[in-house]
Amino acid sequence: MTCLPAQTEKKLGLVIDLDTCVGCQACVTACKEWNTGGYMAPLTDTDPYGGHADGVWFNRVHAYEHTTEQGGRTVNFPRSCLHCEQPACVTVCPTGASYKRASDGIVLVDEDKCIGCKLCSWACPYGAREFDTDVGVMKKCTLCVDRIYNDNLAAEDRVPACVAACPTSARHFGDLGDPASAISQLVAARGGVDLMPELGYKPTNKYLPPRAHTERSAKVDAPALEPIKAEGGFLGWIDRMLSN
Amino acid sequence: MHPAFSVVLFTAATGAGYGLLALLGMLGGLGFIAADIWLGLVGMVLALVLIAAGLLSSTGHLGRPERAWRAFSQWRSSWLSREGVASVATFIPAALFGIGWVFLGRSGGWVAVAGLMAAAGAVTTVCTTGMIYASLKPIAQWHSRYTLPAYLIFAAMTGCVLLNALLQGFSVGSTAVLTGALLATLGGWAWKLATWRYNDRLDIPTTANTATGLAGGTVRSIEWPHTEENYLLKEMGFRIARKHGEKLRWIAQALAFAAPAILLAIAFALPWPFATAASVLAAISQFAGMLVERWLFFAEAKHTVTLYYGRQ
Repeated sequence: MTCLPAQTEKKLGLVIDLDTCVGCQACVTACKEWNTGGYMAPLTDTDPYGGHADGVWFNRVHAYEHTTEQGGRTVNFPRSCLHCEQPACVTVCPTGASYKRASDGIVLVDEDKCIGCKLCSWACPYGAREFDTDVGVMKKCTLCVDRIYNDNLAAEDRVPACVAACPTSARHFGDLGDPASAISQLVAARGGVDLMPELGYKPTNKYLPPRAHTERSAKVDAPALEPIKAEGGFLGWIDRMLSN
Repeated sequence: MHPAFSVVLFTAATGAGYGLLALLGMLGGLGFIAADIWLGLVGMVLALVLIAAGLLSSTGHLGRPERAWRAFSQWRSSWLSREGVASVATFIPAALFGIGWVFLGRSGGWVAVAGLMAAAGAVTTVCTTGMIYASLKPIAQWHSRYTLPAYLIFAAMTGCVLLNALLQGFSVGSTAVLTGALLATLGGWAWKLATWRYNDRLDIPTTANTATGLAGGTVRSIEWPHTEENYLLKEMGFRIARKHGEKLRWIAQALAFAAPAILLAIAFALPWPFATAASVLAAISQFAGMLVERWLFFAEAKHTVTLYYGRQ
């Protein structure tokens, strides 16, 4: 059913720390590696070694320059499915292929029911869904549903592949519906934000904004160096001699 | 948004087809258009072929068209599913009306009921099509109060112009239908101009700041996650040069509204067969113009995902 559950028992999701993300792309490749053999496999690539490589990825890292009155900085920005509480991608689905799980809030696609109409990708403001032209169905992040409940993995590995791969711990996984969970505490402490809150999709995933600039940090707006002025004395004499 | 030709053709063809079906169902069923086997046959075949061709064309952009039957299941939440249900359901009264009005030569009674139900089904289907687009929040140019009326107005307009050409072709032209076609064309023109005016002044609250959660100042994309165009950019990152957009708006207006309005006005003064020629030309010109208008409807619509790629 593409009608949404009134509420979900858990709100599993990610918290992404834009302060510590270094843009190494490890989460991107770890995601691709796991999921091309996982629940929504394959993540088809077309012309991977040619001039027009294209393919399905669930996680993509952008880089932005954020300039404010306090100064400028580069922000690496991982973008993936936010497992929204009001996912229009689910309600627009005509076949029932898209659904939001009542148990944990994960938004999934049943690939056997998908007709590839692509309307869900139009309805997602975040660009989380990517069409597999080879299989003819829509694909998206599964929050590694085949890892987080996987008893064959060690307990510490039961997190999404992107979280496991992150070398700077910029990605956190947990229940955002439980105010006492470590991940909810982190969001509260760091002032985590929703993306495009004005659209009303109520994303589960939160983004932690970069920490404020401090007085200790280097000033990027230092004045340019002055040209050397001719001085008096010995140095001035050398300057005049060399200038002749 | 990428203007896929299959979808452009779909909305233009089904709009005209449902408009014509609704008018035939109402006017034929109630006896305002006298039952005539050839007029009825050509009219109903034209309407149903436009609808069927449009629906088939829309399945052309599906990744798995063999599963299209599944799209009838989620009418509780999905406007696309509702469109599927409404479009198929409309065929039932349309077929009954066709049998009664065309083959049995009857109007009134159960034929009128079937005709009115076909008309109601046609209007419902066009509404569901409009709502598919009007309900998409990420595309501000579509998520507006102009979208749903536009679908209804353009269906009525193209249907009425087609009906006028049909009646003129069988030399049973009606001044009322001709007047309706002319007024609908002028109304459609006015609505399109108002829509463009609204869209050109649109103040969209979603920005690169809200998209990234980076408050204040400016957010400039300095590197994409990929070097080649991906699905998102191909499907939703379609860009149209401003100068071409302006030219295409003039072309759409000339073909869809100005030329048909002039031709229809001329048709008032001309005898048969010149009035027929003018009416048919008006219908052809308008359909070509509506294809350009539909193309622009997609090409000028901006999806919020393009904000992540630094496109304002």
